[in-house]
Amino acid sequence: MRNLVLGLSLTVLFVLGAVISFLWTPYDHTSLEIANKLKPPSLAHWFGTDHLGRDILSMIMVGARTSIAVAIVAVGIGITLGVPLGLLAAAKSGSWLDEVIMRSNDLIFAFPSLLIAIMITAVFGPSAVNAIIAIGIFNIPVFARVTRGAALSLWTRDYVLAARVAGKGGFRISVEHILPNVMNLLIVQGTIQFSLGILAEAALSYVGLGAQPPTPSWGRMLADSQTLFMLAPHITLFPGFAILLTVLGLNLAGDGLRDLIDPKLRRGAR
Amino acid sequence: MLRYTLTRTGSLLISLIVASLVIFFTLEVVPGDPASFMLGINAQPETIAALREELGLNQSPWARYLSWITDLVQGDLGTSYTYRSPVSEIVAERLVISLPLAAYALALTILIAFPVGIWAATRRGSFADISVMGGTQLGIAIPNFWFAMLMVLVFAINLRWFSAGGFPGWDEGFWVSIKALTLPAISLALPQASILARVMRSSLLDTLDEDYIRTARAKGLTKGQALRGHALRNALIPVLTIIGLQFSFLLAGAIIIENVFFLPGLGRLVFQAISQRDLIVVESVVMLLVFAVIMVNFLVDLAYSWVDPRLRGRR
Repeated sequence: MRNLVLGLSLTVLFVLGAVISFLWTPYDHTSLEIANKLKPPSLAHWFGTDHLGRDILSMIMVGARTSIAVAIVAVGIGITLGVPLGLLAAAKSGSWLDEVIMRSNDLIFAFPSLLIAIMITAVFGPSAVNAIIAIGIFNIPVFARVTRGAALSLWTRDYVLAARVAGKGGFRISVEHILPNVMNLLIVQGTIQFSLGILAEAALSYVGLGAQPPTPSWGRMLADSQTLFMLAPHITLFPGFAILLTVLGLNLAGDGLRDLIDPKLRRGAR
Repeated sequence: MLRYTLTRTGSLLISLIVASLVIFFTLEVVPGDPASFMLGINAQPETIAALREELGLNQSPWARYLSWITDLVQGDLGTSYTYRSPVSEIVAERLVISLPLAAYALALTILIAFPVGIWAATRRGSFADISVMGGTQLGIAIPNFWFAMLMVLVFAINLRWFSAGGFPGWDEGFWVSIKALTLPAISLALPQASILARVMRSSLLDTLDEDYIRTARAKGLTKGQALRGHALRNALIPVLTIIGLQFSFLLAGAIIIENVFFLPGLGRLVFQAISQRDLIVVESVVMLLVFAVIMVNFLVDLAYSWVDPRLRGRR
């Protein structure tokens, strides 16, 4: 329970930061003040300034938008394609369709995801949109697998049998009876994939394949700091902590939600 | 067992073929003509045409796919467009860095995760257990390239124990090279070790609850004897699966980490090749890595069903 509260607080903090950045940031995140470059944290600039004199707190707030947007859409891709595939595979379990869906899932799993993300962004050009697609593709098999696994056990329940006796087809049963019951699991998995998406976006932006300037992104702030962080460690520390705390918050929230939803797993806090 | 091996081999082959098709035809749509890219903007159209012919770019995509894949099976990775030398030589030069790095990181992962996971599981609920769980949460959430930068700051710049990057080459001596790979290997291993320690812990907790552990304790074994003789071995099954999956994360993660430490490995090769439109190098490296990952998972699957006959019937 403590984990859930801590996780949700961290998550809310960063979502708030992103939302507020639309209305107000301490400074304009694009305004350059070369005279003020690499200033350590102070009252005027809480997190200091970067190598071009931009306010780091403002950049982190605006960068949170990029991270959140990329991760949300990537999870959205995974859910809108993965969940129907998982429901279909479970409804037709044992058939060739199930086999094809699950084998293609295994195949996507076999690709080192980051490598394929690099390939996709290399082919279609580095951009936030391509980063989203690259991260999203790897969410599809995750959601398909989770949905199928949970749905398979639901199909043996009495209420599904009752629905069948009442004459409902596979599609209606999947939508009306299976889907609502796997929703909890999907929310938990969604939180986890969300945090993985933020990490992946940061990594792609760090190697220059994610969001492009002038869109601020935490990963690129770290890349920009790479040659200068010996002189001014704060330009590396703050964006890094932003990623770390957001991901930590989402993971804790995911674990907490799982325990809340499924008390069976709670014993011994694993 | 034979039947299982055969069906698994069949699906292994299908996976490899589909993977090669996906890789080849994804890169097929890359804009930009390798021939004009190699010769520069001042090249004569005739020279470009001649080079296109020489590189076989005028054939249909399917013909090129077939010749690529047949050469690949025979161990010929083709000739790099930009380096004008066999891709297998270039890749081999880089593999002697990337492969030891991944192996080093995997070794560290296991060396950290096993003791930590076992230690936490045998003290469930204690302060030690709670701190391990908290610490591994942090380890999972930390972006490894950022952790790498922090380590450079502390161990290379402030303490001067390690160099901040670069690789001296294996000729300079084994220990010098291992030292150069140490910070990269630690930063690759940290998140994976955190994941593996948690898997080890929860898997061991599950087996420690089993009836046969109670029986073993009832017949007079000490806690330690029951753990070593019965629980550990059974707890290893999920742990092995995760180790198999982690190999692919280590290979892909190395691409990013090599950039932090300026290591001339496969990852940096891929980036250079992409920016130079050297498709044949990109194709071969990606295919090689995917092949390695699919093979490792195949071997892990086989190793399991050999160890645990119950798994043969599944799937």
